[in-house]
Amino acid sequence: MNARDTVLSRIRRATADLSGTRTTVPRSYLRHAPTVAPGDREGAVALLVERLEEYGAEVRRTDAPGLPAAVTRALEAARSAVVPDGLPEHWTAGWDGELHRDQPPLTHHQLAAVDAVVTTCAVAVAESGTLVLDGGPGQGRRAPTLLPDLHVCVVREDQVVSALPEAMPRLDPRRPLTWISGPSATADIEMIRVRGVHGPRRLAVLIAP
Amino acid sequence: MRTTALFVTCINDALHPGTGKAAVTLLRRLGVEVDFPDGQSCCGQMHYNTGYRRETARLARHFVDVFGEYDEIVVPSASCGGLPSEAYEIAAEAAGDAGLLRDVRELAPKVHELTSYITDVLGREDVDAYFPHRVTYHPTCHSLRATPLGERPYRLLRAVKGIDVVELPARDECCGFGGTFSVKNGAVSGAMNGDKARHVLETGASVLAAVDNSCLMNIGGRLAKDGHAVRTLHLVEILARTEADGPLAGIPVARSGGVLR
Amino acid sequence: MSKTFMGWPAFPRAAETAVADEQLRTNVRRATHTIRGKRAALVEERPDWQDLRDAAAALKDDVLAHLDTYLEQVEERVTAAGGTVHWAVDADEANRIVTRLVRDTGETEIVKVKSMLTEEIGLDNALEAAGISARETDLAATIVQLGDDLPSHVVVPALHRNRSEIRDIFVREMGRHGRPAPEGLTDDPGELAEAARLHMREKFLKAKVAVSGANFVVAETGTLCVVESEGNGRMCLTLADTLISVVGIEKVVPTWRDLEVYLQMLARSATGERMAPYTSTWTGTTDGDGPGTFHLVLVDNGRTRALADPVGRQALRCIRCGACMNICPVYERTGGQAYGSVYPGPIGAILNPLLKGPDDPQTASLPYASSLCGACNEVCPVRIRFTDVLLKLRSDVAEGDAKVKHRAEKAALKAVGAVMDHGPLWNAAVRAAGTVGAAVPKGMKLPGPLHGWTDSRALPDIPKESFRAWWKRTEGGAK
Repeated sequence: MNARDTVLSRIRRATADLSGTRTTVPRSYLRHAPTVAPGDREGAVALLVERLEEYGAEVRRTDAPGLPAAVTRALEAARSAVVPDGLPEHWTAGWDGELHRDQPPLTHHQLAAVDAVVTTCAVAVAESGTLVLDGGPGQGRRAPTLLPDLHVCVVREDQVVSALPEAMPRLDPRRPLTWISGPSATADIEMIRVRGVHGPRRLAVLIAP
Repeated sequence: MRTTALFVTCINDALHPGTGKAAVTLLRRLGVEVDFPDGQSCCGQMHYNTGYRRETARLARHFVDVFGEYDEIVVPSASCGGLPSEAYEIAAEAAGDAGLLRDVRELAPKVHELTSYITDVLGREDVDAYFPHRVTYHPTCHSLRATPLGERPYRLLRAVKGIDVVELPARDECCGFGGTFSVKNGAVSGAMNGDKARHVLETGASVLAAVDNSCLMNIGGRLAKDGHAVRTLHLVEILARTEADGPLAGIPVARSGGVLR
Repeated sequence: MSKTFMGWPAFPRAAETAVADEQLRTNVRRATHTIRGKRAALVEERPDWQDLRDAAAALKDDVLAHLDTYLEQVEERVTAAGGTVHWAVDADEANRIVTRLVRDTGETEIVKVKSMLTEEIGLDNALEAAGISARETDLAATIVQLGDDLPSHVVVPALHRNRSEIRDIFVREMGRHGRPAPEGLTDDPGELAEAARLHMREKFLKAKVAVSGANFVVAETGTLCVVESEGNGRMCLTLADTLISVVGIEKVVPTWRDLEVYLQMLARSATGERMAPYTSTWTGTTDGDGPGTFHLVLVDNGRTRALADPVGRQALRCIRCGACMNICPVYERTGGQAYGSVYPGPIGAILNPLLKGPDDPQTASLPYASSLCGACNEVCPVRIRFTDVLLKLRSDVAEGDAKVKHRAEKAALKAVGAVMDHGPLWNAAVRAAGTVGAAVPKGMKLPGPLHGWTDSRALPDIPKESFRAWWKRTEGGAK
């Protein structure tokens, strides 16, 4: 018998006493953040800001016309940046640093030499301060959001949900997803939180209507 | 007429007879006459917790034979009082004894830990007790998690006249007794117990109370070995005392003590 | 070859050594109390925590009851999405598969994301024997690997080390395995993390093959999920050409939506965060993004043994958050290595005997490495009833099929039992105790295994008159 058949037949023997059992899964947990009423978008956005700031992310709310200036400001300390396909060009038009398009794809070494990356996201979850990237337009493949030291992420207010259960139906699991809750961190040394190990050490989030 | 039996437990019988006497005194004061069937021995806790389920079944059978006829069985110990409902069915199944299984299912709901018997069955919190001393209380793991007594012991203690109840730091942490654990893993058990004893001393209490004498024997053994004068007393020994008894000899009277609140 | 737990002493002896190590106890105490506090605060802010626990436990029970069907579903979906699925009955087979897959790429240095399963099966040593160097990339796992040490916690494997010990390891070892530690490195945690960043960065950029585990595998979609903090996971999962994920068969969850339960609980329970900084999910391969080749190795290695135990199978719900060890008063005093396994603490005390069978003295000692206080039952996000399983495993050792037997103990307890269920004998025994008691000095040391009691405690006074003697003499206090 091959390993597959061995494992499956062992499982069937081990669970013989459970055959025919149907487990009902109670789903009485909240579908929204405990402190935000369902449908309260402004409450969700405010909570997202609060949580991101707790993580040490730099957060700025802006109106649509102010977005390019906000991007420029977020990139202030960077000399070079990479942008994925589908990111509106006028967002970075006012910035005078060295701008790379990830088309054709940059090598890992090239990406590691770039200071910053600017993307959009697919969904933002307020309660946990999480940005989810799904590789869609303006987000690109995963490597460019990983190797540069500064990640500037633009979030549209209508992308903000209050809690994880509201986010799941908006996401397509067939795409590679990256869920980012604050900058890279570790507490492996004496449980002291240190920001920035391998991923981007700075996360700037711009929230626009 | 309901019949009530006292299951004193083997440890109390041999090592802490004062707890049994206090239980009799207190229950009598609250209008309950208990019987002490003298065929009683041990609930089988040590056997069960060490893995000997068939031996436990043997003691469960004995327990049923001794107590089966009573309407209620009162036990001055959370761990021994909890055992019939936690372990006897499992032990009967392990022994493959269907008759025992039936009997212990009938018996288990009639077995009451003393504290909850007073608060829930008799509906009393103020039992007219008097104890003018500084007391701290250790919630034993069994009374905290297995058969949770919650705030009941604290409510009973706070209703005692003259008493000064002080909170025990890190009260929810195990004292390290754990039955045969204290022998099989003496080093870890000793380290846990050392921390518990230190917290008891931090309260400045003269008396450490609990609802399990086994845990008190553990902590008290450490305190005694280190030369500290803190007394250990089962909760019922505090509740049984009245103003007629006066303060307990040999321990300081609390500053607020003696003044009736 | 790096160190392993082979030949480790049974828990009581290993624990005795650990308890005597003041530095270790200080480090472990500081770490466990810190996480405990953070976890408690974040659980407190979820009014539906108990509801989440109910869902998390029920979902896993459903998976375990129909594990064969779910695994077939995983295989089908992963294959359809461009991955290749392999099955391994035990550690040796899993190691052989991974070794062959790496060899096929021609690479001799690979990177790894911390995974409990690959530590359980000893993958690093198996690869090393085949001439392949597997470098850990998680900071704590790196500290353990560089220090030729053993892990002591499932989430924070180097929790037993303090900053100055970590600095010394970095200064001594980094240069032997790549970029050396920066000149003048201090023990500041920020500087130590920066040293790890620099040391690892060149490895990430070079690596063609990565090995990971997975926190969850979604049956419905064939999606794998890895939760981490530092970004080393993302590096491995994204930058390598070939990704090999080695996953225990119990890691399955039924549907995509079910992740909403676990992702809300895992970081809260594990590190006291609402979510860990990075969660990655992927399904097979994606053109132009990440590894072009993906292998999933599904590993049994004793899990079906555990599954066959009706009481013990709940241990397979475990999501490796470590909350049970952080709350455990025994773990707090011994640290993790005393358990002689990569799974320490309460989960280790039940999982090791369930996976391996309590047939050797070390494994058989684990179900007894607990005072049964039950604190772990309360914090477990998937509602494992640790004390129920511990008691069941103790009965396996005492009366069941386990090869290890405690003959003297059994004989003693049986003898006591025989007296206890015999009324007149017991009566006589209790009465006699008072007489004997007068002759036992309080400071006496008990002989044999009982010395564990008297090492740190005085013996209780044995009263002259037992309760039953008093009852008889006074007719129940009436006289």
